[in-house]
Amino acid sequence: MTAVLELDGITKRFGALTANDSVSLTLGQGEILALLGENGAGKTTLMNILFGHYAADAGSVRVFGQELPSGKPRAAIEAGVGMVHQHFTLAGNLTVLDNIMLGSESLLRATSSRASARRKLMQIAERFGLPVSPDEKVSRLSVGERQRVEILKALYRDARILILDEPTAVLARPEAQRLFETLKEMTKEGLSLIFISHKLHEVMAASDRVAVLRGGRMVAERVTAETTPEELAELMVGRRVERPVRQDHRIGAPVLVANRMRVDVGSETKLQDVSFTIGAGEILGIVGVSGNGQASLGALVSGLTRLSAGTLTLDGQDVGLMGPRGMIRAGVGRVPEDRHSEGVVGELAVWENAVLERLRSPEFSKRGFVRRAACKAHAAGLIDRFDIRGATPDTRTRLLSGGNMQKLILGRCLSIGPRFVLATQPTRGLDEGAIAAVHSELLAARAAGAAILLISEELEEAVALSDRIQAMVKGRLSDPISASEADAQRLGLMMTGVWKEGSDAA
Amino acid sequence: MRLERRPQVPPYLVIVAPLAAVAVSLTLAAGLIAAAGVNPLTAYAEMVRGAMGSRLSLTEMLTRATPLILTGLAAAVAFRARLWNIGGEGQFLMGALVTAWVGHSLDLPPVPGIAVLLVLGMASGAILLAGPAYLRLRFGVDEVVTTLLLNFIVILFVGLMVEGPLRDPLAFGWPSSVPVDGDFRLPDLIARTRLHVGFLIALVAAGIVWLVLSRTVFGAETRAVGLNAAAAKFAGISLPVNLMAVALFSGALAGLAGSIEVLGVTANVTTTISPGFGYAGIVVAMLAALHPAGVVVAAVFVATVFVGADAMSRATGVPSFIADVIVALCLLSMLVALLFTTYRVRR
Repeated sequence: MTAVLELDGITKRFGALTANDSVSLTLGQGEILALLGENGAGKTTLMNILFGHYAADAGSVRVFGQELPSGKPRAAIEAGVGMVHQHFTLAGNLTVLDNIMLGSESLLRATSSRASARRKLMQIAERFGLPVSPDEKVSRLSVGERQRVEILKALYRDARILILDEPTAVLARPEAQRLFETLKEMTKEGLSLIFISHKLHEVMAASDRVAVLRGGRMVAERVTAETTPEELAELMVGRRVERPVRQDHRIGAPVLVANRMRVDVGSETKLQDVSFTIGAGEILGIVGVSGNGQASLGALVSGLTRLSAGTLTLDGQDVGLMGPRGMIRAGVGRVPEDRHSEGVVGELAVWENAVLERLRSPEFSKRGFVRRAACKAHAAGLIDRFDIRGATPDTRTRLLSGGNMQKLILGRCLSIGPRFVLATQPTRGLDEGAIAAVHSELLAARAAGAAILLISEELEEAVALSDRIQAMVKGRLSDPISASEADAQRLGLMMTGVWKEGSDAA
Repeated sequence: MRLERRPQVPPYLVIVAPLAAVAVSLTLAAGLIAAAGVNPLTAYAEMVRGAMGSRLSLTEMLTRATPLILTGLAAAVAFRARLWNIGGEGQFLMGALVTAWVGHSLDLPPVPGIAVLLVLGMASGAILLAGPAYLRLRFGVDEVVTTLLLNFIVILFVGLMVEGPLRDPLAFGWPSSVPVDGDFRLPDLIARTRLHVGFLIALVAAGIVWLVLSRTVFGAETRAVGLNAAAAKFAGISLPVNLMAVALFSGALAGLAGSIEVLGVTANVTTTISPGFGYAGIVVAMLAALHPAGVVVAAVFVATVFVGADAMSRATGVPSFIADVIVALCLLSMLVALLFTTYRVRR
């Protein structure tokens, strides 16, 4: 197998931090290489150097035997390297064809050759099995389709090496599977691929070879067929990490009861006929393909949107119309779906975020003045108790890693001993160590008698933590099943709307 | 070459950035002064002498700085919450107009009278900004447009009043309002100068603004709303309530500036009472990086440029419009400097 890409001794420092420490890597023709590592291991930095977004401090990049000049994305594109970013770089108000042509034509040309561009796009789409409608506006496409457009964009620029940064981070399980099947097909057409991931199961399922990065160094390379997920997990984290296990215990009286809730936003019905009951010390898992109303349910239970019909009661008290402040006062702990945009204010200090929800309580303010000492002491307590690493009360919250930020948010809502906790995608984007920490915190809250609503797209997580599971499809909820009855196949069926044998809810 | 976000803004940059911005704009303006045939160093020396060289010039400069401190605070308070109040000029004029109007016939002893007039000035500025804030909250109307355009409406309104109902019959036909009762004039701070107690009020206001922004629940909530509205909302902070409170606070400061200018300096209102105090307040706030203590320093600097430019113009013949050029350049270079405090250049 000939090498199409060689990275040799790449080193990159950001101030005191060495993001890549003399990393070497080769990619063979027609190969799928998985680049595995925890958040902050240097995966994305390495790929950004390869693509020319960053200039390396040392080392070289050779593509098809030619050395790439450093720090020039244009040169990488011309050499046949294409990159699909984790966060898409598409213009939503333009059509698919416009997005794909964007930047590939000179600004100074008077005419734009849309007809030939369209022909080329359709040829590529057919050849690689990536169906697309060129005149659809990107804003109308699903996330999976947008990703396809990103890939087509790279292929349109004649990429022969494709780099995908966390390609499944935004995809539901079936979409992810389809993506990997497509990628396999693409290698038969002569493409070589690198995908970045921290999810073991997809690395095992989709790659030919795995390179493991840890702390900026290349710690191991394995042929996928000759390794196990356990070995990879250990290589990635540097030690054995085991997720905590849910212990059986008695579930108490109902705490949160939802009865036939409906939420309309404008003329659109986001949730319909949603009913569930969560007892004290119980975790109810809500699973489903992304975009089926989970976000609306999360927004409703955290107080951001209000009920249009039905009831939501907490210990018998109606909370459906309360708003965020009322929810907090009623003893609800909330973990939002997106910790950066809703969970914390990145530019504020850790202590300010730690008390943001309860600034007006007598504990943290007096006659309108913030009791800074009390707040900072509280934050220091959280840092200690929830093992928030790299933080002091005065650290800017933006500087925390995702996992530690999530621990801060968990600490903020668990420290009050909440009656009810809403955890929306609590481990999205976290690495193994942080996932284990978040899980054990949620289980500890459960053991302390909190009712917990877990909304998750990770089936393993939902099954491992939940006492009962309901699936959400098109804004409706299935009947609950006990976690012991849940297996991937049954949940998969529930998520497509098949709840009982012979019945179809959709 | 590319811009890269700094992990943490080094504290020294907060001081260095405005100084660099000022240095750059003075250097650029030096080119224009040289083009006018005058040695820039001579010109700048004249400028400093004109603003600080004597007891009289120093007090004149501080008198000029007084409204700038307040309009600068008004802009800083609003900008921190991402409420783009460009209407400081209108709020200033409204505060001045109401103060002169009521102050002409108010029947109260001096001290309570002054207090009432200052509060009325603050209230008029606050109400003037409450309208645009309400429109933004209710209909999403851009407050940059509404506050800016209100300035022109207010100045025409002032024109209408001083030509009509409030016209001073003793002003020999000049369009100026009736004067406030002499009892309500702010006492001089230094005898035989125009520097009045309003300067101290402005300094106290800066202290109060600092205290409110950095030590109160309202200040903490405002910071959260300004930096990440979605997270603030999630944490139970009411965005409409907070934004409206910010609007009232900001408008009140600008209105206070107008009120103090009338009670301390002019005694009446004309359409030319403000040489752009409201707009200059925006520059002051930006130069101060929206910090209340910085506002005081920046206001003194801008006042130095304006007062000094007149003296320089008399001494060297360079048109005093150079002051506007310097202040405008300061705003532009400060915006660039702010970019470099959050980002750094990497090759």
